[in-house]
Amino acid sequence: MRDFVNKNGEDVTMTKTNLTAVIAATAMLAGGAAVAQTLVPSPTLDAIRARGNLECGVHVGVPGFSFPNDKGEWSGLDVDYCRALAAAVLGDAGKVKFTPTTVQQRWPVLQSGQVDLLSRNTTITFSRNATLGVNFQGINFYEGQTFIVRKASKATAAKDLDGASVCVAAGSTEEKNAADWFRERNLKVTITNFQKNDDAIAAYDAGRCDAYTAGVGALAGQRAKLKTPDDHIIMAEPISNDPQGPVTRYGDERWQAVVRWVLNGMIAAENLGVTSKNVDDMRANSKNAEVRRLLGAEGNFGQMLGLSNDWMYNAIKAVGNYGESFDRTVGKDSSLKLERGQNALWTKGGLLFTPPFQ
Amino acid sequence: MSARAASLRLWQQRLFSTPAQTAITLAIAVCVVWLLTPFTRWALVNATWSGETRADCVPGGACWVFIRARFGQFMYGFYPVAERWRPNLFGLVSLAAIAPLFVLTGRARLRLGIAALLVLPPLGVWLIGGGYGLAAVETRAWGGLMLTLFIAIYAGLIAVPLGILLALGRQSRLPLIRTLSVVFIEFWRGVPIIAVIFLASLLLPLVMPAGVGVDRLARAVIGLGLVIAAYMAEAVRGGLQALPKGQAEAASALGLGYWQTTGLITLPQALRISLPAMTNEFIALVKNTTLVLVVSILDLLGIAQSSLADPAWVGMNIEAYLFAGTIYWLICFALSRWSRSLEAGGPKGH
Repeated sequence: MRDFVNKNGEDVTMTKTNLTAVIAATAMLAGGAAVAQTLVPSPTLDAIRARGNLECGVHVGVPGFSFPNDKGEWSGLDVDYCRALAAAVLGDAGKVKFTPTTVQQRWPVLQSGQVDLLSRNTTITFSRNATLGVNFQGINFYEGQTFIVRKASKATAAKDLDGASVCVAAGSTEEKNAADWFRERNLKVTITNFQKNDDAIAAYDAGRCDAYTAGVGALAGQRAKLKTPDDHIIMAEPISNDPQGPVTRYGDERWQAVVRWVLNGMIAAENLGVTSKNVDDMRANSKNAEVRRLLGAEGNFGQMLGLSNDWMYNAIKAVGNYGESFDRTVGKDSSLKLERGQNALWTKGGLLFTPPFQ
Repeated sequence: MSARAASLRLWQQRLFSTPAQTAITLAIAVCVVWLLTPFTRWALVNATWSGETRADCVPGGACWVFIRARFGQFMYGFYPVAERWRPNLFGLVSLAAIAPLFVLTGRARLRLGIAALLVLPPLGVWLIGGGYGLAAVETRAWGGLMLTLFIAIYAGLIAVPLGILLALGRQSRLPLIRTLSVVFIEFWRGVPIIAVIFLASLLLPLVMPAGVGVDRLARAVIGLGLVIAAYMAEAVRGGLQALPKGQAEAASALGLGYWQTTGLITLPQALRISLPAMTNEFIALVKNTTLVLVVSILDLLGIAQSSLADPAWVGMNIEAYLFAGTIYWLICFALSRWSRSLEAGGPKGH
C-alpha cells in the first residue's frame, strides 16, 4: 500500500501494471506459448506457493457461514469458498489455514498481511472500498434485512405486514430500518421493542408479535432455534441491501483476479450444470465450449492467471459449485434450510450473476 | 448433651431464635426452592445425557449431549487428537513436580521450587508447541481449557516476578529506579486490559516490518502479563508497607545488606501478608484471559461461543455458557481454597 501515487499525482503502480498488461496482451496475440513468461507479478500468489497454504480470514462464528464442526474443522459457506480457492491455487482444498476474526480485528488482519483474503460476512460498501484500502471481489451472499413470519399468516412480502406487529431489539439498526420502511409506505405496523435480540425472538416465538426482523443469514440461524422451525417462513424479498463477498487488500491485481474468478467459476459451474459429481464426465465429454474452457479441457484459462489449467476443475471437484456449497452449508441440506431467494442464479429468479468465461 | 444435639441447637439459635429471624429464614428457603426447582428440573431431571446429535435431545431439558460431542474441543480447541497426550503429559509432570512442594520443607522445598520454575515453563512450550523432535502444533490450533490455563499460568509467570521487582523498585531509595517503577505501574494499571490485548495483537503487526512476526498468542500473553504485573506490584507493596520498620532495621543492625534483608527478612513476610491480594489478582487474571476473545484466540469461552454457530447444534447457548462458567468457577474456587490453606499454615507473627 505504499507509493501508489508519485509527486505529480500519477498512479505509478498502475502505469507499470498497464504496461505489463499491454505486453501480456501483445504476447497473447503473438501466441499463447509466451503467456507464462509475461504474467504480471503476484507477490501474494508467490507467498502462498512458498508457504504451501492459503491464509484465509473467516468469521469467528456465524451459523452456516463460518463455524467449527464437531471434528474441529472450519465449515460453512464462506469457509467453502476458501477451500475452493486453495484447490484452485494449490491443487488441494486442504491446503488452507483459517484465522477466525472478530468485527474489530478483520481490517487490521487483512491490511497487515496476516491473511491473503477475508471471506467472512462483510458487507460491501462504498466507504469501506474507498477508505480502508480493500477491494471487494464479488458477491457470494446477498444479505438483507427481512422478516420471519408464521406460514399460517399467509404473508409473503414485507408489504403484506400492514396491521401486523413486529418484535425488534430497541435501538437496533433493524428497528430503524423497519420503522422507516413502513412509514415511507404508509403501512400501519406496530413495532414492539425489546431489550435484546434474544428477547425479541423469544417473544415472537411465544406469539406476542406477528413477525421478527433481522438479516436473511441471521434469521436462518434463529429460525432453527424456534420451537417448530417448519411453521415459519423467511421472506425472500429484503428491505435493505447488504451484499457480502470476499475481500482483498489494494495492490496485486492478479491475485485479486484469481479471487474474483474462482468465485465467478463456482457460480458459472452451477449455471452450466457442472457439479462435484459430474465434473470428470463434463471435462471429458462436454460439448459446451464454456464448460470446456472452465474445466481446462480447452484453452489455457488457468495459465492466463498463472495457475494450472485444471484450477476450476480442482475447485469444483473438491467443494462443488456455488449451489452445492449453498445447499450443504445454509440451504436445504443443512439444518438452517435457507431458501435460495436472492441468492439463486439470475436465470432462476435470483441475483447471482457471473460474467462469461470467454 | 451429645455433639449432634449441640449442633442442632446452634442452628436453631442461628436461624429461628426470634419470630423475625424465623420469617427471614423461611422466606429465603422459599426463594431458594422456588429458584432451584425449575433449574434442577431443566439441568438434571429433564436433561438428555446420552445420544449423538441435537435430535436426540428432549425439549424442555438441558442437552448435555452437546457438551459430550464437543468435550474434546472445549478442553483442547483444535489441537490434533493424536497429539493431545502432550498437553496431558505436561499437566501430569507439572502436578508431579509441584505436589512435593506441599510436603517438603526448608531448603529442599526451595530448591525444588526454583528447579520447577526454571524447567517447567520451557518444557510446557516445547511439549505443547512442538519442534525439536515433536510435530509442531501452531498456536492457532491451541484452544479450550488448555489455552485458558496456558495463558493464565504463563501471564502469571511474567506477572509475579515482575510485580515483586516493581514493588521493590517503588520502595527503592534510588530515584531513577523508583521513578521507572512508578511510571511502569501507573501506565499499565491505567490502560484497559482489552485495549492492551487489542493493540498488542493488531497494531504491532501493522508497525513492524513484514516478516518480523511475534506469535499472536505470545503477544496476548505478554500484554496480559504486563498489566497484571502492575496490579501484583501494588499487592506486594501493600505487604511491604504493612511490615513494621523494625524488621528491616533489625536486619541491618545484624549487618545484612539490602538483598539479604529483602530476600531473607522483609520479602518473605511481605509476600505472606499480600498473599490474599495476590491470589485475588491471579483469580482476576484467570477470568481476564477471556478477553483474548476480541482477537479471536479461542480459549474456553471462545470455543464455546464458536461452537454455538454450528447449525447442527443451534440453541445450545445455556448449556455452553453454564459448562464454561462452571469450569471457570471451579478453577477460581480451587485457587481461593489453596491460598486460604497457605495463609492458615506457617508462622503469622513478625
